[in-house]
Amino acid sequence: MDTIELMYQENILDHYKSPRNFGRMENASVHHHEYNPLCGDELDMFLVIDKHKKIADIKVNPHGCAISVASASMLSEEIKGKSIGEIEKLKKEDILEMLGIPISPVRLKCALLSLDTLKNSILIFEKYVNKQV
Amino acid sequence: MLSTQTKSLDVEQIRKDFPILQRKVHNKPLVYFDNAATSQKPKQVIDALNFYYNNYNANVHRSIHQLGEEATAAYEKAREKIAEFINAQYQEIIFTKNSTEGLNLIAYSLTSSLKPGDEIVISQLEHHSNFVPWQQMAKHLGLKLKFIKINEEAELDENSIRETITKNTKIVSVNHISNAIGTINPVEEITKIAHENGALMVVDGSQSAPHMPLDMKKINSDFYVFTGHKMLGPTGVGVVYGKKELLENMRPFLYGGEMINEVKFEDTTFNQLPWKFEAGTPNIAEGIGLGVAVDYLKKVGMKQIFERDREIVDYAMERMKNIDGITIYGPKERGSIISFNVHGVHAHDVSQILDSEGVAIRAGHHCCMPLMSVLGVTATARASFYLYNTEQEIDTFINAIHKVKKVFGV
Repeated sequence: MDTIELMYQENILDHYKSPRNFGRMENASVHHHEYNPLCGDELDMFLVIDKHKKIADIKVNPHGCAISVASASMLSEEIKGKSIGEIEKLKKEDILEMLGIPISPVRLKCALLSLDTLKNSILIFEKYVNKQV
Repeated sequence: MLSTQTKSLDVEQIRKDFPILQRKVHNKPLVYFDNAATSQKPKQVIDALNFYYNNYNANVHRSIHQLGEEATAAYEKAREKIAEFINAQYQEIIFTKNSTEGLNLIAYSLTSSLKPGDEIVISQLEHHSNFVPWQQMAKHLGLKLKFIKINEEAELDENSIRETITKNTKIVSVNHISNAIGTINPVEEITKIAHENGALMVVDGSQSAPHMPLDMKKINSDFYVFTGHKMLGPTGVGVVYGKKELLENMRPFLYGGEMINEVKFEDTTFNQLPWKFEAGTPNIAEGIGLGVAVDYLKKVGMKQIFERDREIVDYAMERMKNIDGITIYGPKERGSIISFNVHGVHAHDVSQILDSEGVAIRAGHHCCMPLMSVLGVTATARASFYLYNTEQEIDTFINAIHKVKKVFGV
């Protein structure tokens, strides 16, 4: 397989074409939008965080390239049921491992938009939303 | 395929002057279709940079020694060549870093004499460099910024031009060719309308200067801006053309050395044109290099380059039309820019897969986010051509698009 076939392998394209947990949510604990101006990739993320500070539900609404959309879709599956503590420990390497494909330096921003959105969602939740609870 | 006889340029001969075209990318011959971003450089230009640094590197306009005199002469000679290239006088040629700096120079300097409520007109087609400076000046000075709309064909709408430019308009600034979708704008007519209304006319010629013959007397705009690196020249040098009588009365943009006549504790008098607008040590080698690039373009012929653009664009459009699921943006008559999307595939993925076949294009918003919102897209893929591109390269590009469709199953 050449690099392109490795990069755009079946499961990546499957997540791109049918993103999991796709959509929007009215009753989210936190909703956050991130934008990657370099590429024009966009991601809306909606999280329901329960009283044990676990992700009870998630919806993602990604628009962009295959890598950014697949990354958002895969991450949404990955974090359901996870605690905020576990999410805070997630690193760039975890996302690359989750994707399991070669990512060139210029595409790194695409791959990591999902993680940036998630981390910022949690920050916003901790800073503003959680305080009021 | 077109035979070589029908070409208006000897492309094979031209290609020999561009060393980079020999290299391979991912083991495939490089097909460079990102010319609207920056062009490749002929060896004549590369050699001129080397020759300057190896033989007469010195500061200009200051040093009374042989090297200083040679450097000054070569730098000013380049200015003369550029003036001749666009039918202007050499005092009207100001060297800048690039088009962006040129447009900032004009925006800062011209708006300093405007009053709150005065109007500036730009268009929906503008690059951020002809957009953000005006927008921010308007914000800080209380000016009104208005936009000429595009029509269904993605051309500047004639009615909108006439409605937007009024007696309240002080400055009109539009591009000659859109970098995002290739629209060629009627800048001569817009200049007439601007002048009828007492407004000054600025043209962003970043995409036109590399591709068509330019005559400042004919266009008659008050300012015309372009950059060297898109027209075979080095990066770091651009040009502002301005009518002499206007430049003489304008405030300088950058202050410092070189642009002064006499500095006293109380005040400073400024240097004469064009140096009044050139503060500090300029990009000397690059200026000289741009002069050599202009020599090269003149030798090939701007009219011939413009005609060759038509051949290569027509050939590419014809071949792209036959592929299902491709949207092409922009008008039928266009510069050598084709902006497109493959249905179901993001422009970045198109670009990535094309790269694996050695084909270099650009994907994204092309520094035209307002235009992208008008077109209803977030990104497009853009192939842009220049005098060294061939029909055979278009064939490679078409095959690579088929690979995109195959990989994505669309």
